[in-house]
Amino acid sequence: MRVMVNQKEYDLPHQSMVSDALNLIAAKPPYAVAVNLQFVPKSQHAHYPLNENDQVEIIAPVTGG
Amino acid sequence: MKMIKWKLLRRSQAVNFTTALMTAPLPQTLNRADPLVLYGESFASRLLLGTSRYPSPQVLETAVNTAKPAMITVSLRRQGSSTTEAHSGFWDLLKKMAVPVLPNTAGCHSPQEVITTAQMAREVFETDWIKLELIGDDYTLQPDTLRLVQTAEILIKDGFKVLPYCTEDLILCQRLVDIGCQAVMPWAAPIGTGQGPLNPYAMKLLRDRLKVPLLVDAGLGLPSHACSVMEWGFDGVLLNTAVALADDPVAMAKSFAMAVDAGRSAYLSGAMKPQTSAQASTPLVGTPFWHQS
Repeated sequence: MRVMVNQKEYDLPHQSMVSDALNLIAAKPPYAVAVNLQFVPKSQHAHYPLNENDQVEIIAPVTGG
Repeated sequence: MKMIKWKLLRRSQAVNFTTALMTAPLPQTLNRADPLVLYGESFASRLLLGTSRYPSPQVLETAVNTAKPAMITVSLRRQGSSTTEAHSGFWDLLKKMAVPVLPNTAGCHSPQEVITTAQMAREVFETDWIKLELIGDDYTLQPDTLRLVQTAEILIKDGFKVLPYCTEDLILCQRLVDIGCQAVMPWAAPIGTGQGPLNPYAMKLLRDRLKVPLLVDAGLGLPSHACSVMEWGFDGVLLNTAVALADDPVAMAKSFAMAVDAGRSAYLSGAMKPQTSAQASTPLVGTPFWHQS
């Protein structure tokens, strides 16, 4: 299935979880995740199923004003 | 001429210096513990410092160590982007500096973006503090004042300690307080402009009407700007660009820290009221040659 991870398109097997998307881009901690603009807590990464055309955002800390 | 001299004489005689010296109370502002209190937490400094746009991480670290801010602001961006790649050592630097962090929601244009970003920030930075930024106009970076209050209310109900970046509009700030913001952060001028307070009247009015802590966020360019708003009774300032883009950010960080302290001290000291006519500072009694001419 087609999933967008940080605005890039990926093919993931059906029944993939958020943790699969994290592995796909080799996400480095610390990070946090949102799917379709909804926050997905760390405790749910291994159990939160992804669907076709989902938009996954994986973020990291940066400087800010 | 003599009439004027008499008026001045009477004013200058108002204090008997000898007796006043013996009975005057000690200055209460000296060394008085005067923490900034936000949401029940006390901070020794009234300066909040941004972490962006410094020439190098080393300069940022030295500036923070020099200014000793209450909090430093941080943000979130996509992993794998050029921004996060350039900030790969930032997390380690944050841990090293060990200063409380205030995550922001910079760049968010909708309430849902703000809420999700805040929740992600809470997990990453392990803090309930959030600097609420909801941008309504990309050119001025003016906050979306029409949706700011409802967004702040959602965050507060979700357990966040919300510091909303807002304009100096009294009613907006009042509404933010009404829904539970225990402090508000009006701008002095648009972010990054360094213009200083563009609407002193409204800012002073805000100070007069609202009893919650007020932090000036954005638009300050000089330590004198920070000192002025502190003299007006604002409780703190948050700035970034004015320090980061100075020729010597470390020296400027120190200058701002001193300006904030000076302004606060002046506010607590109780400034004299401006007068329309001159009043001699030097005692007139005993002025040589008086009444001779």
